[in-house]
Amino acid sequence: MAADLWTALFIAVLAAFVGYEVISRVPVLLHTPLMSGSNFIHGIVLVGAIVALGLATSPLERAIGLVAVIMGAMNVTGGYVVTERILAMFDRSKPKGGPK
Amino acid sequence: MTAWVGPAIDAVYVAAIVVFILGLRAMSSPATARRGIVYAGIAMLAAVGATLATPHLSNFALIALGIVVGGGAGFYWARVVKMTAMPQMVAVFNGMGGGAAAAIGAVELLGSLTSGATASLSAAGAVIGSISIAGSTIAFLKLQGWMPQKPIVVPARQVVNFAVLAVAIGFGGVAFWTARDAYLLPFFLLLLLYGVLFTLPIGGADMPVVISLFNALTGVAVGLDGFALVSGPLGDAGYAMVIAGVLVGAAGSLLTALMARAMNRSIGNVFFGAYGATEEAGGPVAGSMKPIEIADAAVMMEYATEVIVAPGYGMAVAQAQGKVKELADALEAKGVTVKFAIHPVAGRMPGHMNVLLAEAGVAYDKLFDRDEIDAEFAHADVALVIGANDVVNPAARRPGSALYGMPILDVDRAKNVLVVKRGQGKGFSGLENELFYQENTRMVYGDAQQVVTALVSAIKKGPA
Repeated sequence: MAADLWTALFIAVLAAFVGYEVISRVPVLLHTPLMSGSNFIHGIVLVGAIVALGLATSPLERAIGLVAVIMGAMNVTGGYVVTERILAMFDRSKPKGGPK
Repeated sequence: MTAWVGPAIDAVYVAAIVVFILGLRAMSSPATARRGIVYAGIAMLAAVGATLATPHLSNFALIALGIVVGGGAGFYWARVVKMTAMPQMVAVFNGMGGGAAAAIGAVELLGSLTSGATASLSAAGAVIGSISIAGSTIAFLKLQGWMPQKPIVVPARQVVNFAVLAVAIGFGGVAFWTARDAYLLPFFLLLLLYGVLFTLPIGGADMPVVISLFNALTGVAVGLDGFALVSGPLGDAGYAMVIAGVLVGAAGSLLTALMARAMNRSIGNVFFGAYGATEEAGGPVAGSMKPIEIADAAVMMEYATEVIVAPGYGMAVAQAQGKVKELADALEAKGVTVKFAIHPVAGRMPGHMNVLLAEAGVAYDKLFDRDEIDAEFAHADVALVIGANDVVNPAARRPGSALYGMPILDVDRAKNVLVVKRGQGKGFSGLENELFYQENTRMVYGDAQQVVTALVSAIKKGPA
């Protein structure tokens, strides 16, 4: 296994603990927005999709890469907007059912 | 390439990761939650911007097209969808992430079928991503009501499912050893089939747990794709994906476990138990369901000292949360204490009821978790159940019932129970609800919004 893979593995182990710790004190109230928010964060897949399409050479690779970018972009924007809409309702400073 | 471009891009990735983690932490407290998603959004923009600035990329026109089409569709859909449809929206966007991860895996596999470690990591990302998109699609169809919500059970499904997965991975192996891309097609098709078969036997009430699982799985798939990228020419994007993906994988797994625990069920039981389909449907229940007129129900609540409202999915479906808030206001104007009892898995997602009631403007301090309020039902004059079923079924206390062990709201211990319900149907468990047959229970049939509207006007008018 290449050195960068080992580095990535070290990073992954640490990230797993961070993910666990950050979530462990969340009230039930926030479970839905949190699921939605973490759904947004794995939208980072868009970065990988851009790299995959950006390096693609054959038509088939380009086609699949394009699908990846479309899906990744949907994940990012949709995930953000849904989370924002849910959390906007928790904002006390706004009037009830306030404008979106 | 100018010498500073590479380090500058890396610095942006590092900063983005820091902000992601801070954002996720901010999202875990109500006061800072909204700030959290904005932080995460800025970090995402920076990461995507840095990636686009990376040298050696080509196909920019296609990249732009993909971002505009996908981003536009996601933005539009997420804006127009109703708040009640949020669970299936999370399923859809999560499925998109899984699909993107699978597609990246496919591109990597097409390009690097000969390098062992990278190919197996890409393949693992493809496996998990494919299962995630297929499963999320089924979850969406079930929640949207475009296919039956009840568990669909295939005979000998554990064997069939395992065989499908094994053959899929076999095709992947053959593709690797023979270096022939053609074998990748059955590899992916069978994985998608596995995702469908995995999700079909899971019933509607368990969907939140399933969506949470697929959310975690997509995170893991993204992380695995990241592993496959780190040894490529643009490795640093890979590290960002590893961190963000694994972060979500860990957080999502924990959230899945918390949700399953709220139902007092093991993860294995949720995913492999075909709950409510394999177990006894339960015998007939003694007694009868006793209907009550709106006016009588209104009077009963008006003269109560304390009313506890137990909302469920029916309230979400009927969009009745605004009317429920009005009802609470009308009762309070008459000096009645009104509290809301929120079961952790009421609705289709944990916190679903909190979200809807917050949207309607109900104050947080009136919302109580199950363990906070359960003892209080015994003192309440009226427990008003709006569109909840399995989470208030006292059969869960009796050993032998399919629901046995699931924590429920003790609404049956209130002096009077009013149940607002569309018809005489059963809950997602497929079980009769013994609560409805109790001596002190009265049924108000009808759409939750119409019933509650009628109750509000009856209460405002006062007893005739």
